[in-house]
Formats: sequence, structure tokens, C-alpha cells
Amino acid sequence: MDEKPPPAPDMPKVTEPGLPPRGTPQTPLAPVDPDAIHVSPEMAIAEGDVRTAEEGAHVHGTSLWRDAWRRLLKNKLAVFGLVVVLLVTLASIAGPSLIKAATGFTPDYIPSSDVRLIKSFPPFTGPDGEFSWSHPMGTDNSGRDQLARVLQGGQISLFVGVISTVVSLLIGVSYGAIAGYVGGRIDNLMMRLVDVLYSLPYIILVIVLLSMFRSQTARGQLILLFIALGSVSWLTMARIVRGQVLSLKNQEFVVAARATGVSAPRIIFRHLVPNTLGPVIVYATLTIPQVMLTEAFLSFLGFGVQAPLASWGSLASDGIQVIAIYPWQLIFPGVTMALTLFSLNFLGDGLRDALDPQMRTV
Amino acid sequence: MVRFIIRRLLVTIPTILVVISITWVLIKLAPGNFYSGEKRLPAAIEKNIREKYGLDKPWYQQYGRTMWNIIGHGDFGTSLRFEGQSVNSIIARSLPVSAGIGILAYILALAVGITAGSIAALKQNSRWDYASMAGAMLGISIPNFVLGPILVLVFSLSLYWLPPSRWGGFPSRNLILPILTLSAVYMAYIARLTRAGMLEVLRSDYIRTARSKGLSEKDVVVRHALRGGLMPVVSYTGPALAFLLTGTVVVERIFALPGLGNYFIQASLNRDEPLIIGIVAFIAIALLLMNLLVDIAYAFLDPRVRY
Repeated sequence: MDEKPPPAPDMPKVTEPGLPPRGTPQTPLAPVDPDAIHVSPEMAIAEGDVRTAEEGAHVHGTSLWRDAWRRLLKNKLAVFGLVVVLLVTLASIAGPSLIKAATGFTPDYIPSSDVRLIKSFPPFTGPDGEFSWSHPMGTDNSGRDQLARVLQGGQISLFVGVISTVVSLLIGVSYGAIAGYVGGRIDNLMMRLVDVLYSLPYIILVIVLLSMFRSQTARGQLILLFIALGSVSWLTMARIVRGQVLSLKNQEFVVAARATGVSAPRIIFRHLVPNTLGPVIVYATLTIPQVMLTEAFLSFLGFGVQAPLASWGSLASDGIQVIAIYPWQLIFPGVTMALTLFSLNFLGDGLRDALDPQMRTV
Repeated sequence: MVRFIIRRLLVTIPTILVVISITWVLIKLAPGNFYSGEKRLPAAIEKNIREKYGLDKPWYQQYGRTMWNIIGHGDFGTSLRFEGQSVNSIIARSLPVSAGIGILAYILALAVGITAGSIAALKQNSRWDYASMAGAMLGISIPNFVLGPILVLVFSLSLYWLPPSRWGGFPSRNLILPILTLSAVYMAYIARLTRAGMLEVLRSDYIRTARSKGLSEKDVVVRHALRGGLMPVVSYTGPALAFLLTGTVVVERIFALPGLGNYFIQASLNRDEPLIIGIVAFIAIALLLMNLLVDIAYAFLDPRVRY
């Protein structure tokens, strides 16, 4: 990481007293502008331009985020991922109510008035085998609309993915930042603990936890799932943030903050953590699909989301039981989930290339 | 090197104890037990059972006895669900199934992943590169419990080429679909790791030296580039083993194979406490020792690594 961090927000702005240039100065003596963050080697050329800008025309500084956004938009796969993720999210949030308004089917509506309808219909098929728009993804064993169920399952899957990632962010960022900033023996101890936790067969422990404390209510099980998933996925985040903080903590803006008497917690959370945002965002984007996959895995085994709630994992798990006769019950939730994970992964990769060209781990 | 191994063992052994203890505590803290089913047992019978399994003793004696049996004698006790069968015999019976599938799947993944990754790196930004990287991303994104049934649907239920499930011994046609299902994710990761590693190595000075001294492209790639480019793959083996664990659980469930993972899930669902603790302990020991072996192998392969 050889990025220059953006100056701390409450640091006094340094205006150079205009030193006379000796020969050709390597570093331009432009005033430090918080917007002009020099990101990567190619920006070094632009640094030279700052001097000419001082003499005459005004040049707009480009921020790290605007720069990254532009690079992201150039990456077709990442844009594809972003679009699909947004569409799936929107459809999951608004879809069930739209379907209810259009056709009257809710995800848990069982057509109990008509026994003929309580069976699994193929996609686009009506009760007499004729073409029909009423169930574009068919129905499940109880005659419930599959499209509404898949969209509602998406709500739960995405929700679990995002919340568990936020839990892992909170733990991982605090832990890593504290370890990195405090340093010394405490840092060593904290990271040794992470090493030990890394080597645990954590998925096995999660299964034991979820099966032993199986909650009676679906909501309770969901909360248990957040805790279990969040508490096992913060390790890499802690390592990344610690590495960032280690490379940042001896830079001038931190030294200046310390010299002016800013407390350690404030330095960590106001000065250091905001500067690690790039890698943190990248890694968080890549954590979401991982967590969703783990959630689906646990739901598939019967330890995750419980009825009446359903996630893509539990829908696919139900579909597997009847794959030989009603394959659409597996294919629709399975493919929707795979497409979403695929897009999230591409988006994460694109964000990494855009925000953090130096980071090249798989 | 010897000092490194000793130091690592000093960390590994307490870790194993911690894993077993966490599992034990989780089981003991959870409400209910194996016998608290729908039908309430008569008090006298329950008392006898509690005496037989030592459940009437205070918790520290139970804990001490479990730990002592595991560490002192390598004895995990008797299964509650599978009456009369020791946990050791269940592990001995099911381990070859899981390990066999896992190893075969990993070998397949190495072969396909390294080939695809190298081709992608050597022909960077070509059609081959994009195709194999898109394929790899697909492999990472499709959950194996979706991929497995889809393979069954295509190859067993539509084309009738391969049996859909059940165990048929080693080797048998029953193994093809489980191994394919299990190896897809590894293939994808290994292809990506190989590509990244190779791209970095191909730009390095020693490859330029090898080229400029007139080696054939084949020699440059096979003898020089691959060796350096595969280092990330070697270090991935550790995490891959952990992955393998979750993978085999799913694959054994889908294809109804009598492996360790399948027994573990059944044990968790039935609250078969000795079997849960036994399998968790066994997996922890196996995993940590394998990780140690991977680290040692790494030191041999990469002369820059010094412990």
C-alpha cells in the first residue's frame, strides 16, 4: 500500500510559505488540498500538473471516490454485477407486494378453497395444463406461488448477508484497528488469537451451536444465525484493517493528532478507521456472498432459516426433495441465488480493482 | 525447522483442547438432552440411563472424564443413537468414504484448475482467459447443493448415464457425480490462484533470464514459472481442507453417502453427544495437523521461507 491517506479532517490545513524551488523539485509545493488525493503511480504525473495549475487555470481535484467510481464504470463485468444486484434487491423488496397487488398471491397463500390447485404446477401453467401468466415460476407442493416465494426468500437471504456482514465489520474493524494501533505485545497476543481461531473448524462449531440452541421461533433462529455467521467471518477483516493501520499509524497526520492531545480511541476511530475504508468496503462486498453461501448451506442442512420464513437456501433445500418430479422447485431459487452471488462476486472484484489497485489477493 | 514444529505443536495442542471444550460447553449449556424427546421417560429408567452415562455426576467430573478418555485413551465413548457402536468404530468406518471423495475431488480440482489457470495467465486477456475466469466465477458462485442436484437431474434422471445416489464402494460409477460436485469450487479457486500467481511470476526477472538464455517456452513455463506461480495454490491447501469439510457434508447429504459429514449432521440432529464431540475432536485434530504439514511443505518448496 503506497497510497497517501487523505489528511485528517480536523487537522489544520498546511499552507506552504512558498519555498524557492531548488533545481527541479521532486515534490510539488502545492497547498495540501483534502480533495486531491494522489492514489496511484499514474497520479504522479498529475502531481506535476498541480504547479502549473497554481500559476493559472484552476484544476478540479478528483477525489478517491470519484476516481474509483470512474474506474468501476469502465469494468463491464462489475457494472453488470452492480445492475443485477440492484435489480435483485429491488425485486426482493418490492416484488412480493407488487405480486400481491397484481395477482393476489402472497408467498404463503395456499389456495385451500380449491383442492385441484394444491399441487405443484410447472412454470406458466394453469390448473388444466394450459398456458397462464399467473405463476411464472410455477407453484410449490402446496400450490403457493413460487415467484413470490423466491422474491421473499431473497429478502431473507440478502438481509442475512448484509446484517451478518455488518456484524463482522463492527467486530473485525474495531479489533484490527485496536491491535494495529496499540501494537507491541497486545497486538501480538490479539493476532495470535486470530491465528488460532482461523485454524478452527468453525463451520462445525456453528452447526453444533445452531443445532443445540435451536430456537422455537423463526425470528429467534434468525438472530442466532446473525450471531453465528457474524462472529466467524470477522477474522480476515481484522487482519486487513490491522495491516492498514500499521502502515498508517506513523504518518504525519496521526503524529500531529497525537501531538495535539487527541485520545487514542478518537485517533483510532476518527483518523485511522476512515482511512482504511477502501479495502474494508472491498472486503465487505466479498464477504456478503460468502455469508449468503454459508447461510444457504446451513439452511440446506436444516439448521438455518426456519419455516414460516424461507431463504433461497431453504427453498432450494425443499426443492431437492422433489427434484425428480418438480425440478423447477429447485432450479428457480437455486439459479436466482447463483446469479446474485455471481454478480456480488464480480462487483467485489471490480471494486477491488477500482479502489485498491495494489491489493491482489484472490 | 525442528524448533518451528515444536512451537507450532505447542499452539496446536491447546487449540484442539479448546475446540473440544467449546463443543462440550455448548452441548451442556443447551437446554434438553438426547432423552428429552416427545415421550417422557419414567423416572426410574431415566435415573438408570443417567447413571450409566455418568450424567448424574457434577459437571467437572463429567468434563474431566470426557477429556481424560479422549486424551488419555483416544476413546470417544459410545454413540447414543447407534447403540452398542463406539464412536471410534463409526469414525473408522466413515472416514475412508469422506477422505476418499475429498482427496479424489482435490486431485481433479488441481489438475483442471492449474491447467485452466496457467492457460489463462499465458494468454492473458484472450478469449481463453475470459472463458476460464468466467467459468471460475461461476464455480465459486453456484452453491454445491444446487450444482449436485442439477448434475443428478441431467446425468441420472434425464440421460440415465450415472447412478443418482448411494454408496457403491471404491471405485465405482456412483462416485463420479459426488466428486464432480465437490471439486467445482476448488477448481474455480485454484484456477484463479494459479492465474494470479503465474501472472506475477511471468513478469519477474528470473523468467526474463530464463527466456533470454534461450530456453524453450515450454521449459520456461513448466520448469520455472509453474514452480513459483503455484505457491499460492500450496498455501491455499490449508483453507481448502476446511472447505473440503463443509463440501463433503453437503455432498454426503445429497448423494446419501455414509461419510463422516453425514454422521455428524445426524448426530447434531439427534443430540448424540458422544458422537458430536468425537467427530468434532477428530476433525479438529486432523485439520490442525494437516495445516502444520502444509506449512512444513511450504518451507521446503519456497527457499525464501525460513522459520
